[in-house]
Amino acid sequence: MTEAPPRILPVIDRDSEAYWTWGREGRLAIHRCGDCEYYVHPPVPFCPQCESRKVAPEAVSGRGRVVTFTVNHKAWVPGLPVPYVLALVSIDEQDDVRIPCNIVDCATEDVTFDMAVEVVFEPSGDLWIPLFRPVQS
Amino acid sequence: MIRFAEKNTAISGVGMSDVSRGATRSALALTVDAALEAIADAGLTRADIDGIATWPGERADGSGFSPVGCAALQDALRLEVNWYAGGGEAPGQYGAVFNAIGAIAAGLCRNVLIFRTMYEATARKTAYANSLLREGQRQAGPFSWYAPYYTYAAALQQALFFNLYVHKSGITPEQVGQIAVNQRRNAALNPKAIYKTPISLDDYLASPIIATPLRLYDCDVPIDGAAAIIVSRMDVARGLRNQPIRIEAIGSSMRYRNSWTQLAELDTQAQPRVAEMMWGRTDLKPADVDIAQLYDGFSFHTINWLENFGFCERYGAKDFIEGGRRIALDGDLPVNTGGGALSGGRLHAYGAVHEACTQLWGRAGARQVKGDPRICATSTSGGPLAGAMLLVRD
Ligand SMILES: [Zn+2]
Repeated sequence: MTEAPPRILPVIDRDSEAYWTWGREGRLAIHRCGDCEYYVHPPVPFCPQCESRKVAPEAVSGRGRVVTFTVNHKAWVPGLPVPYVLALVSIDEQDDVRIPCNIVDCATEDVTFDMAVEVVFEPSGDLWIPLFRPVQS
Repeated sequence: MIRFAEKNTAISGVGMSDVSRGATRSALALTVDAALEAIADAGLTRADIDGIATWPGERADGSGFSPVGCAALQDALRLEVNWYAGGGEAPGQYGAVFNAIGAIAAGLCRNVLIFRTMYEATARKTAYANSLLREGQRQAGPFSWYAPYYTYAAALQQALFFNLYVHKSGITPEQVGQIAVNQRRNAALNPKAIYKTPISLDDYLASPIIATPLRLYDCDVPIDGAAAIIVSRMDVARGLRNQPIRIEAIGSSMRYRNSWTQLAELDTQAQPRVAEMMWGRTDLKPADVDIAQLYDGFSFHTINWLENFGFCERYGAKDFIEGGRRIALDGDLPVNTGGGALSGGRLHAYGAVHEACTQLWGRAGARQVKGDPRICATSTSGGPLAGAMLLVRD
């Protein structure tokens, strides 16, 4: 199998920094309201539920389920290894928090809707990219 | 007293440049062609144009996605206008029309020139390849959440939504394929269409999978071309040469999370709330609609709109399009009568408005829908973006 091209990294800011860097310690950071406990994603320092400003990143379990996915077959750039899976995963803590990711450690034909998954991190540059694999532990 | 501002506006003329897979003339030249044709079609002159609008405005990024903006066209035609606007933060491509309605209601304009130019066919032959991502560059903004995951094209994000739709609705590839087959059949009767050779359902099923469930023939075709329409104040339109095509109702809402990941209902995208707004501004009902020009960036958008406009029930489109009879030119609801973007070319919803008017004015030649159609539903769609218009010939 050919080497995948480098991942395109996001520009990070004060709100998104934890999400893209806490993977160094194996933690998935999602912003959460300190007053009503609602998870706010993408991260915004304001709670739309209770209007609190006490919203800060917090580590979640890293467990979730596949809300939807697609198996990509087209080599959009030369040398892109296909097929691969792009998915949206919702976290176990709150179903409406959805995270784009690739599903790894799993044959593309084995990915299913509602499949239980867990986070793994891939270092890339100065960031740690959240990916998900079928629950193993 | 007019309750909704769009009811005081009408489309008074339309124009379209040559549409091709590789133009021999510039994007601005094509835009001028479309604009002058629309102005003349309305029976106006350049001096009558007092507003310009476009979506998403000039993007000088080499992608061909929107190479011409208001300023370039204004200068090329030396227009003298009271108001102009081009920008992407709007409810999809028809945002330019909705802005024009507001400008007319504000007393700023009588005749607004609205246009959309694409030069993607040429762009893709040169520096710009298929990819949205730029190696070595970091991605900012909402798309940054997708960037690290080899999300090279909008097709992948859309495929996420469409695959969930397939899962929930149980629609089969044989049913989905009716959209592409129907539109190619219509395109064969449209001299301006890009692809005119008929395709069979087997051809559709044999076309390569891009990203499940999308096949190649589910995707629209990048082109070089421009389309333009004139939106006039109703009293002005009534004095012009064409029977006014009234903008009976619009859907422009954002009553949901505007996000490619957090949209509440991923499989219907933004369409239901936009359709709800549109139907809330008219006494007409889905059963009154004669023809539909439904957004077809991907064939699934069209399928979604059949449901979300209320032409059939949620997850009922698979039965509605089964066999293709009901959506054909002589069916109950002729859909994308000029071949749409799948076969006609990606004029990005303005080809659809052009076709709507062409049909409502009875000018569609070999593909003219019988029975003197008067009412057309038309729409745009893309993840959290959607817009809708109900057009009625006076
Ligand atoms: Zn709160």
